[in-house]
Amino acid sequence: MAANTPVTPGTGLFLREQLLSALRRGIVRAFFAAVLIIWLRDVKRYTREGTRILAMLGQPVLYLLIMGQGLRSTFRAGIPGFDYLEFVYPGVIGMSVLFTAIFSSVSIIWDRQFGFLKEVLVAPVPRAAIAMGKALGGSTTASMQGIILLVLAPLAGVSLEFGQIITIVGLMLIMAFAVASIGTLVAARMETMEGFHLVTNFLTLPMFLLSGAFFPLKTAPAWMQPLMRLDPVYYGVDALRNVIFSCSSLKSFVVSQSLPVDLLVLFSFSFIMITLGMLAFSRTE
Amino acid sequence: MNSAIRVSNLTKEFKNLMAVNRVSFSVGSGEIFGFLGPNGAGKTTTIKILSTLMRPSAGEAVVNGFDVARQASCVRRSIGMVFQDPSLDERLTAEENMLFHAVLYGVPRREALERSRELLEIVGLSDRRKDLVRTFSGGMKRRLEVARGLLHRPAVLFLDEPTLGLDPQTRSHIWEHIRRLHRELGTTVFLTTHYMEEAEVCDRIGIIDHGMLIALDTPTGLKRLVGGDVVTAKASDNAGLLRQVSERFGLAGRLEGEHVYFETAEGESFVPQLVRAFPDILEVSVRRPTLEDVFLKLTGRAIRDQGADGMESMRIRHRAWRQTRR
Repeated sequence: MAANTPVTPGTGLFLREQLLSALRRGIVRAFFAAVLIIWLRDVKRYTREGTRILAMLGQPVLYLLIMGQGLRSTFRAGIPGFDYLEFVYPGVIGMSVLFTAIFSSVSIIWDRQFGFLKEVLVAPVPRAAIAMGKALGGSTTASMQGIILLVLAPLAGVSLEFGQIITIVGLMLIMAFAVASIGTLVAARMETMEGFHLVTNFLTLPMFLLSGAFFPLKTAPAWMQPLMRLDPVYYGVDALRNVIFSCSSLKSFVVSQSLPVDLLVLFSFSFIMITLGMLAFSRTE
Repeated sequence: MNSAIRVSNLTKEFKNLMAVNRVSFSVGSGEIFGFLGPNGAGKTTTIKILSTLMRPSAGEAVVNGFDVARQASCVRRSIGMVFQDPSLDERLTAEENMLFHAVLYGVPRREALERSRELLEIVGLSDRRKDLVRTFSGGMKRRLEVARGLLHRPAVLFLDEPTLGLDPQTRSHIWEHIRRLHRELGTTVFLTTHYMEEAEVCDRIGIIDHGMLIALDTPTGLKRLVGGDVVTAKASDNAGLLRQVSERFGLAGRLEGEHVYFETAEGESFVPQLVRAFPDILEVSVRRPTLEDVFLKLTGRAIRDQGADGMESMRIRHRAWRQTRR
């Protein structure tokens, strides 16, 4: 309809024109508003749940203390100066980030079950915003979890400079976003709680074990190496080691590729996954 | 153009089930309109189509002047929705749930806070607005959902079984609130229910059964379909009573459980005649027809005592199954 067609206020036609133009102007704004509020909801829920933070912290701490300490003397690796605890520490951060991010984004299944998702589905916002908001929420909470673990660095014999800490936080955000966007993509089509457990068992666990958290890619058997290279968490852990071991003589042993390569993989991976996730959500009925 | 909702020949077909079968009706602006019918009749499917959560197989539905299939975003913007199952975030506070909704609908924050206070006041939750929703009772959650559905000032509010699973006292309480909101805001209300008392609240009622709209009128108009008053009687030989009343008074009654029902224009004067004719009658009573009688008359079945059928029962079973597994 031409812009100069006179439309009488108070009629249905007037309302219709108003809404249509509001929609044309507002679609982008609506997307970002929805992303923001879905993200904020996740962060709020996270900070409100002390027990969940502690519970999710317990696992990495146990790995660090029991496994790291236990295997410490076994894994001298014949390399002078190699400390397994120091090696495992970035891996444990990666693990923590992985679990928190997946849990956060797959909670979409929860929302679907308990009905909250419908509130968003019936709202006048692009559904792709759900994927983006959830992935961002997941990556934020996972990084917060990771930051708490940074406090344990001295326990692992790792000393960090301020600059390193900032870089590590940035890396955690990217890694968590990559993981969370996988979670979102998977959750887009899943309806039931069984699906939730399926994800945690058949996706999270392999991603965790193949991440190189406990052993370097270089010493892994040849058949396993390509699998490890498919795991985004592996690049995240590698990136963390790049930073933590930046001035160490062991760097060439514990790290497989340079930081820019890690970052490039993580970014491309995130981009593909979040795009697929947003598409999947746009198509949900 | 005065109708808030206009539906013509709306049809939704699932694999081998006509959930909604060529339904046509329209709802006037400012009206409280109810869909009454048993579980699985197609009420929820209709509401899902009208709120753009489901696409129709055929037919047309226009809400606030927008086509639900082609202008889904405009429809969504102009409606409020209260679902059958709760859809609140229990780990947020009442007010946070309201503000979340406000952002999704683009209501500016200052205005949202103001309206949220107003609405929570009306539904009697203003002193609990800072509390987590998981501490709320079922009735409180429902009230919060109704308030939330109205936060963005929708032209039409959809309520899908708004009082399902609540006790009678809470139910009437919620209705008070809905009526009050309707009075104060003038919003068009479209609701589905299988509770007769709730349907009485509506300006007009559509009775839906097996996906088809079988009657549509005001509650009074519908009750007129029943031939006057309903006389309930019980005798030691109910079948004999039924036969003889039909012979003597020309009234076709029906036997339901232990009682015989007759419909007659003049209930009060019929009772003495009946008792005189059958001195061995055990019980007799007269009442004005209810919507229950209307449904019975139209379908030959009671709305309440039949089990859920079709999709609905599958859904309920599925939900129960999931709950036990959780």
